[in-house]
Amino acid sequence: MDFDLTDEQRLLADSVNRFVSDRYGDFEKRKAYRAEAKGYAAANWSAMAEMGLLGLPLSEEQGGFGGGPVEALLVMEAIGRGLVVEPYLATVVLGLGLLRRAGGQEDLLAEVAAGGTTLAFAHQERQARHDLHDIATTARQDGDAWVLDGAKGVALHGDSADRLLVSARTAGGRRDRAGIGLFLLDPATPGVTRRGYATQDGLRAAEVVLEGARATLLAADALPLIELVADEAIAALCAEAVGAMETLRDLTVDYLKTRQQFGRPIGEFQALQHRAADMLVATEQARSMAMYAAMMVQGSDPAARATALSAAKALVGRLADQLGKDAIQLHGGIAMTEEYKAGHYFKRLTMLGVLFGDVDHHIRRVVAAGGLPD
Amino acid sequence: MDLRYTADEIAFRDELRAFFRREIPAEIRRKVSEGRKLSREDIVTTQRVLHAHGLSVPNWPVEWGGKDWTPVQRYIFSEEIQAAAVPQPLSFNVNMVGPVIATFGNAAQKQRFLPPTANLDIWWAQGFSEPGAGSDLASLKTTARREGDEFVVNGQKTWTTLGQYADWIFCLVRTDPNARKKQEGISFLLIDMKTPGITVRPIITIDGGHEVNEVFFDEVKVPAENLVGELNKGWDYAKFLLSNERIGIARIGLTKERLARVKRLAQETPAGEGTVWDDPDFRRRLAWSEIELKALEITQMRVVAAQRTRAADKPDPSSSILKIKGSEIQQQATQLLMEVAGPYAMPRPDRDEDGANLPSVGPEWADAAAPLFFNYRKVSIYGGSNEIQRNIIAKAFLGL
Repeated sequence: MDFDLTDEQRLLADSVNRFVSDRYGDFEKRKAYRAEAKGYAAANWSAMAEMGLLGLPLSEEQGGFGGGPVEALLVMEAIGRGLVVEPYLATVVLGLGLLRRAGGQEDLLAEVAAGGTTLAFAHQERQARHDLHDIATTARQDGDAWVLDGAKGVALHGDSADRLLVSARTAGGRRDRAGIGLFLLDPATPGVTRRGYATQDGLRAAEVVLEGARATLLAADALPLIELVADEAIAALCAEAVGAMETLRDLTVDYLKTRQQFGRPIGEFQALQHRAADMLVATEQARSMAMYAAMMVQGSDPAARATALSAAKALVGRLADQLGKDAIQLHGGIAMTEEYKAGHYFKRLTMLGVLFGDVDHHIRRVVAAGGLPD
Repeated sequence: MDLRYTADEIAFRDELRAFFRREIPAEIRRKVSEGRKLSREDIVTTQRVLHAHGLSVPNWPVEWGGKDWTPVQRYIFSEEIQAAAVPQPLSFNVNMVGPVIATFGNAAQKQRFLPPTANLDIWWAQGFSEPGAGSDLASLKTTARREGDEFVVNGQKTWTTLGQYADWIFCLVRTDPNARKKQEGISFLLIDMKTPGITVRPIITIDGGHEVNEVFFDEVKVPAENLVGELNKGWDYAKFLLSNERIGIARIGLTKERLARVKRLAQETPAGEGTVWDDPDFRRRLAWSEIELKALEITQMRVVAAQRTRAADKPDPSSSILKIKGSEIQQQATQLLMEVAGPYAMPRPDRDEDGANLPSVGPEWADAAAPLFFNYRKVSIYGGSNEIQRNIIAKAFLGL
């Protein structure tokens, strides 16, 4: 048992942290990034490609770093600290997570790693809520190609992505676990309509309507793959939450030290001190659970993996919700303003709670499994 | 970063597991598992078995019977002894006075006290808290005035855990009433409980148990050679002593064992058409406790790992985190157990001092459920209440 990072991991953490503090240290810059055409900074994306971050999970033969869950944890934590708006989760964690395992798309992998192509995962459907296997979109074979019909929603960064990964049913009923295929789709293809929009936390997403859109099959019976990548996304979100929680906690504690009321810093009041102390406890517990998620996502038993990741998402979700709300309350009125940073961290933490299943959904899964795996 | 144990660590763990189950009487372990009262004999027997195998004081210096273990090995020992429901070596001896004597005592004191302390030939009690000095320990009033070769002690200690069994008591006493700061006039004194002038009175707690006592000192004469370290430096030794409680304070192994037992009993206890286990609300609360415990377990592992690199005297928020969350989850576990008992948490059959001579009204295990719940309200109060822990976090780590 050890918690040490390797030299390579330490270098990675240093460079990502430097990137985040250089480009996101001044919170005003984030507004400018969001105002760019794609809702994020093209220059930041190129810089991430140059740093090797976009090829992080790819094997060395594929031109990547062979980075695993620990590397992902380091990057996502930094992304959380800076409230980074670039589509790292969408393109690298989800997109490459699916694409590199489905196989057969070596050129595309290289383009993504180089920063030339972005990806999005169009999987969510309105009726499915948090159930990954609930898919109504259909795929029927037509010669070498497949034809997709259906509607996908809240595809993260789906508005600007150069390629979409789409789940669709090749067989079975809406809630069957079998018969879900994974497809690669060029959004310029006839029959694809995208409606892009901003999300509450300052990122972007899209509704995607598919009407006879022609796509390439990447993997048949892809639900196990989708579940694995969703668990990796949960581990990534837990790490992102830890970074955001830590920053928001520090911001709050600094404010308690400087804000004067009744002739003294409000941090001298014990009622506020105790809530700040609880923020520290929450951050440390969340950090431990993010490490647990990173460890368990590598597990070979999918059922144990899923239960462990649900446990992590549930606890981190609960702690992030508590910490976010406390941060607003302890700041008082200033945190209600759009101009101040704290509210943006709160909003991101709140939305992290919804992504890939909320607290109730995940605790139900732990309960159904009879508790945590050994 | 790897949260799994190495092959060597697994071998070490498995050896301990087998040892605990082989060498410690099953009846004693059953009592611990069920949260029943242990007799003095149970605790003494266990510690002597451990001592005979060189395992009673692993945290002491090697020359006094300690082990040259890594932090991870120490952690494994602490977790496994709890998970096996083995009574832990008496904390007053092993974690408190022993290390203080080994670190600050003189050669004669080490020779005289350490071997019998390790083997539990001397049973120590802790004389810190007073009626007017709880969380604000430094305001203690018990005095020791020097007269020739003796100190004469007057005052009262309270919450003296298992003081009814004690042979000796280590006390914080005020030796300089005029010190500039209240922390500066305190000394650390070892007192034989058989000395004339000492009176022990039981305090019966809300669970009906006799675990704690009041100890009164009326002109108690203590040889000056029983002063540990320097005069008026007792507060430093007390701080050292309290910081030694860090490993194991969260009692994760024990709570794990208790939650597993809650699960088992919930599956056996009828409710409606099925069992208590079929109630999703109950299972949901149990799941939350398990999850919080998992997070705390990893937090504890991080603390253990950091011990290799952290300066020993540097304050560390982790012991406060472990205290707060560990006590909360311990309390949750006792509440869940009581809920499994349902209506049969209610009967309180008359019992003699040592327990189970009369038949239970409901299932036998259910007798102890409510008393354990009541008793465990203590864990968020003692050892620096959870509110004191939040003060510590706020002041020492957040700089508020």
